[in-house]
Amino acid sequence: MKYLYYPGCSLEGTALEYNESTKAFMQAVGTELIELDNWTCCGATAVESVSRLLSLALPARNIALAEKMGDPKDILVPCSACYLNLKKVEEKTRKEPELLKKINEILSEEDLQLKGRVRVRHLLDVVVNDLKPQAIQSRLKQTLSGLRIAPYYGCQCLRPYAVFDDPEKPRSMEALIQATGAEVYSWDMGARCCGASHMNTKMEVGLELVAGILKQARGADAIVTVCPMCQMNLEAYQHQISKLQKEELHISILYLPQLLGLAIGLPEKDLRLELNLAVTKCFREKLYGSVVPA
Amino acid sequence: MNQLEPIEKELAPAVAPDPLTPVQDMLKACIQCGTCSASCPNAFAMDLTPRHLWRMVLLGQTDAIFRSQTFSLCSACYYCTLRCPRGLLLTEAMGALKQIASAQNLDRYKKGIRFYKSFMNSVRRHGRVHEMELMTLYFLSMKSPFLPLKFTPLGLRLLAKRKVSIEIPSREPNALEAIFRKVEEMEGRS
Repeated sequence: MKYLYYPGCSLEGTALEYNESTKAFMQAVGTELIELDNWTCCGATAVESVSRLLSLALPARNIALAEKMGDPKDILVPCSACYLNLKKVEEKTRKEPELLKKINEILSEEDLQLKGRVRVRHLLDVVVNDLKPQAIQSRLKQTLSGLRIAPYYGCQCLRPYAVFDDPEKPRSMEALIQATGAEVYSWDMGARCCGASHMNTKMEVGLELVAGILKQARGADAIVTVCPMCQMNLEAYQHQISKLQKEELHISILYLPQLLGLAIGLPEKDLRLELNLAVTKCFREKLYGSVVPA
Repeated sequence: MNQLEPIEKELAPAVAPDPLTPVQDMLKACIQCGTCSASCPNAFAMDLTPRHLWRMVLLGQTDAIFRSQTFSLCSACYYCTLRCPRGLLLTEAMGALKQIASAQNLDRYKKGIRFYKSFMNSVRRHGRVHEMELMTLYFLSMKSPFLPLKFTPLGLRLLAKRKVSIEIPSREPNALEAIFRKVEEMEGRS
């Protein structure tokens, strides 16, 4: 299986481990990722706050680049914010020919054109529906039994477009977690907002939202994410939030391909676990307590 | 038809359209049920509920809307959009209000506006966001000596892990200039 690959800006910086672990995992399960040539920023949520047209033109540029590459037809996107921005263009231009015309007028500045030939896919969608949990089960090297994992989906891979999961009560990650031998920690916070960029501009609100999530996660050994923004918000402020809430709220936060990668025996250095900001001692002890003797 | 076009273009600026009109059009079918308010994770921090805000938009109460922080507290989780029984694009309506505040450079929202504009400057220049540069541009634009301190512990941890770097790596200079400029031209704000 081949996919075009759009990593997005965060995956070159603060979410480097998401990029590396995605590539390592996808390669290990026999898929090929072809990175888009000369890709640029999708606009995140920032651009939509300034210009609607630009917020559609920026992701459209990347879809047009993908179309130019011809084959394969699916663009795999690990970041949920990038995914939604690209998906939005796919959905809107299909339904609004006027908008498509406008966007193509902008793209013609770079001799690019949008024809609607590629499909935007989230990493989670691809792993669950194309690879399926069997891809992990059949390669299982290290059962993660004894670990309780809380699946955290966040918002933008689920809403507003319900493409591959229930947008209110998502469950797609559960079968993947079970395939690793770990137990799914059942909670209601999997689809709740992490505050996104509030952490930069309205930190007190962001801290409150994340506190609510971390509190509900007590009892889990780790939270697994599929978005660099969620990951950063959940992992980076635990110390501050524990102090504010007068409650011990430290917990390990891993990207999904890191967890799946560990289960299929990929070395920690390939999954770049050392780059995570929150991996607790207790998590490591449980993890390596569960190695299946060769 | 073609003969009329120049006249329309000439007349357009004289009318001075109310920027709120397109947002009102998005919300016309609102039945004030409050599903949006009940679904909003940020409602606890808002001075007006989203439902209340929509009513004000429909009534054209521009001053009151832009005295409230409500729309600036939308984190684009899309719960309201998903659940709205009228199928209204409420997250986009919040975005449209942010766009008005940004276009008018309203001081009350300067944190958000300056963050977004710093983001766009970084993207326009490099094609991709450089997170450290973005934060530096943001701090500079806020002209507050204390703001960076809030982010120093995290910044140092990220630097220690070499996930961000202090230097400003330049890719192609002004990589997205053509697209940015074209959009500005089409939006009539070049």
